[in-house]
Amino acid sequence: MNIELRDAPFEPLAELERHQASQDALRGRYGATAIFVGTMRDFNDGEPVRGMTLEHYPGMTERHLRRIVETAIQEWSLLDALVIHRVGALRPSDPIVLVAAWSAHRAAAFAACRFIMEELKAKAPFWKREDAAAGTRWVERNTPG
Amino acid sequence: MSIQVKYFASLRDRLGRAEDRLAATEGMTVAAVWTALWPETPLPPNTLAAVNMEYASPGQLVRDGDEVAFFPPVTGG
Repeated sequence: MNIELRDAPFEPLAELERHQASQDALRGRYGATAIFVGTMRDFNDGEPVRGMTLEHYPGMTERHLRRIVETAIQEWSLLDALVIHRVGALRPSDPIVLVAAWSAHRAAAFAACRFIMEELKAKAPFWKREDAAAGTRWVERNTPG
Repeated sequence: MSIQVKYFASLRDRLGRAEDRLAATEGMTVAAVWTALWPETPLPPNTLAAVNMEYASPGQLVRDGDEVAFFPPVTGG
């Protein structure tokens, strides 16, 4: 299990490959990998968005992400899980979050990946501030899944 | 007893500061911590609270040394 906050852009697929290659215990055991990548759009609420800043509550963020991932590993008997989430300044097309779940069969990987993502959105203390034409504005709520 | 208070995101911007320290009294709740610091500002609707980095209800009691945080709905992912 690995949980990371990054303050610079990252490549989700390269991270996935690197993590998988570094986990000897995974080799030969997993039959399913489900991944989710969240990416910054260049529009929101019908307006162009030029950039975004992601703020978080250091300490509380890591604690809740760890608990969410531990719950998923237990609930679905995952072989492994990985979460990487950006903080700081982002540009459109930058990846925001990567969630990956490894399991023996696909049902567990799909369900756990979805669970981790939805729980992260509901509980992890991150806040988005958008840089739009009219100035900066805080995003007030998540869009429905 | 002393409580550390933190504010985040739009709430911090609105209040104009990120932290407070409060000489709290025995039996004080999370809601009472807010009222003691901001007697003229009702807690904005939808504001969430945490005590020692765990989500907390307004009625939860605080203890000496606790870190209380107030923040708007979270929008990560």
